[in-house]
Amino acid sequence: MTVSEEWPLWEIFIRGQHGMSHRHVGSLHAVDAEHAIKNARDVYTRRNEGVSIWVVEASNISASSPSNKGPLFDPSRDKVYRHPTFYDLPDEAGNM
Amino acid sequence: MLVLGHRTSEWCGVAPALEEDIALANIALDLIGQAKLWLEYAGEVEDAERTANTLAFRRDFYDFRNLLMLELPNEDYARTIIRHFLFDAFQVPWLEALAASSDETISSIGQKTVKEANYHLERSQDTVVALGDGTEESNTRMQKALHDLWPYAGEMFQDDEIDRMMQGESIAPLPSSMKKAWELRVERVFNDAFLILPDSDFSHSGGRQGIRHTEHLGHMLASMQFLQRAYPGASW
Amino acid sequence: MYAQMVKSTGETVVAKEKLSPKEREFQDRIDRGEKIEPKDWMPEEYRKNLIRQIGQHAHSEIVGQLPEGNWITRAPTLERKANLLAKVQDEAGHGLYLYCAAETLGVSRDELFDMLHKGKMKYSSIFNYPTLTWADMGAIGWLVDGAAIMNQVPLQRTSYGPYARAMVRICKEESFHQRQGFQIMLTMAQGTEDQKRMAQDALNRFWYPSLMMFGPSDKDSVHSAQSMAWKIKMNSNDELRQKFVDEIAPQAAFLGLNIPDDDLVWNEKTGHHDYSEPDWDEFFQVISGNGPCNKERLDARKKAWNDGAWVRDGMLAHARKKAMRKVAE
Repeated sequence: MTVSEEWPLWEIFIRGQHGMSHRHVGSLHAVDAEHAIKNARDVYTRRNEGVSIWVVEASNISASSPSNKGPLFDPSRDKVYRHPTFYDLPDEAGNM
Repeated sequence: MLVLGHRTSEWCGVAPALEEDIALANIALDLIGQAKLWLEYAGEVEDAERTANTLAFRRDFYDFRNLLMLELPNEDYARTIIRHFLFDAFQVPWLEALAASSDETISSIGQKTVKEANYHLERSQDTVVALGDGTEESNTRMQKALHDLWPYAGEMFQDDEIDRMMQGESIAPLPSSMKKAWELRVERVFNDAFLILPDSDFSHSGGRQGIRHTEHLGHMLASMQFLQRAYPGASW
Repeated sequence: MYAQMVKSTGETVVAKEKLSPKEREFQDRIDRGEKIEPKDWMPEEYRKNLIRQIGQHAHSEIVGQLPEGNWITRAPTLERKANLLAKVQDEAGHGLYLYCAAETLGVSRDELFDMLHKGKMKYSSIFNYPTLTWADMGAIGWLVDGAAIMNQVPLQRTSYGPYARAMVRICKEESFHQRQGFQIMLTMAQGTEDQKRMAQDALNRFWYPSLMMFGPSDKDSVHSAQSMAWKIKMNSNDELRQKFVDEIAPQAAFLGLNIPDDDLVWNEKTGHHDYSEPDWDEFFQVISGNGPCNKERLDARKKAWNDGAWVRDGMLAHARKKAMRKVAE
């Protein structure tokens, strides 16, 4: 068995053609950022034109800790008006 | 295209890393797709009711017109990458030129495929630099691969009768006209990669005319064409 | 099913009253249908079982590249060649997604590879069978991918977030695999006598190994209960196997091919097909290393890994040097 050092892990974010913001699509291994972008193109877009790729080394991501879940996220849970289903519309108004 | 696509597809499942496996499969898929476009058009021009598949699977070795370099076995990853780079560095300007062809179909195939070729070149060039620079072992392996393939590279730039005819009708430029720019790029990249260009102008020839092939092509065709040969008339 | 013999340590479900408050809260979250995420607290056994299961699944994807890869160079047309290559490439991609999901549990891909190479982790028994004719590409797509999809669709709802998300992606990409396989079978079943013979022969060879993919019979599978409570296993082995037989039987009839089981009949009373069990002795032999291709498959993976070491090292070394040079400027 050959023991070598592993390529670092990268998190991949992709913006599609539809103008949505970058979305986390998954991760992969690569030696540096440039290599990660190339690999992301091959692995996660199978080279669709017109997409934008962000890569971040996984170790550089800071995440909220789950114990903070309450204070961090509860406030927005109250803001139901941010969700479309909050607005009760008559069926005749059509699909929105 | 077909021959290199075939060789590249041999890496599927056994490449050095999963990410490389997927990338190589993309390249192989592009090349097979390109081969299909060219062979379809060749069949159309020939007008003898031969499809892309007949041309790929029912011709014997002497009717294959391909660069000898592309039919050599993969050997190892070093040879695979060096071969891709030597070839891609020629393909990009070549397809760019074909995109301006007086022939409409050739021009449209050129426009479509040059985008793919650009990506292939970007990848193979970066990998050449990375592995040339990388470790002592990777440098040694890359140097050896370059040494092995160099005598085959010159074939890309040898003009023949057909080339001159095509140039006469503004269908394609002379391959030899691509050589200078290719040399400049190749020198620069190998320099960045700490690889030494072999000091030899010798070049094998004859693959593009079907006059000569290596022994490897026969084995490749034996597996590639097996089903079409063993069961003539069947559709798949 | 790609994870067919996951040895779960908790053989039976621990009664809720006996769980610690933390464990109970964990189980409650799962029962409510919440997803468990990497940084959440989880019982050690849950983590271990998931690593085994996702790892086995990932290994199955990349070992599964080999039997089909065996025919890429011999595919009969340019279209078939491209389709097959794209499909086998997808399998590499699926392996990659799953390794990444496993990595969120604190194990590296290299460690997982190492366990595969040392025989400490398994992959699906099906890939230890050889692919002998082109029809096997049809049979694998139709039967093997069919069985895999049956298992993977419910796993999109599994309790572990990264695993569920990987499954969603995989299911989306995999939808064309089974159709591709079936179409190969259909073309051959309607083709020449030789082709029909190949198609029937492929079905003969792959039928029982496909049934084995769902794992041992429920009565012999003691590990399922805890996994099901944790929602890392969604259906019982026999349940999925029955569903598979019910789906495949009419398709085989449509193809005009015979499933190699004289006892396979529609049972009006149960509303299902009766069928013969596979040879479980053979299954346990294959699982423990004595299948027709076990050694070759593992050797091929090890060789690819060892041959690739200088490439992985070289590229990493270059990236380090490049970064250093940048700093030096």
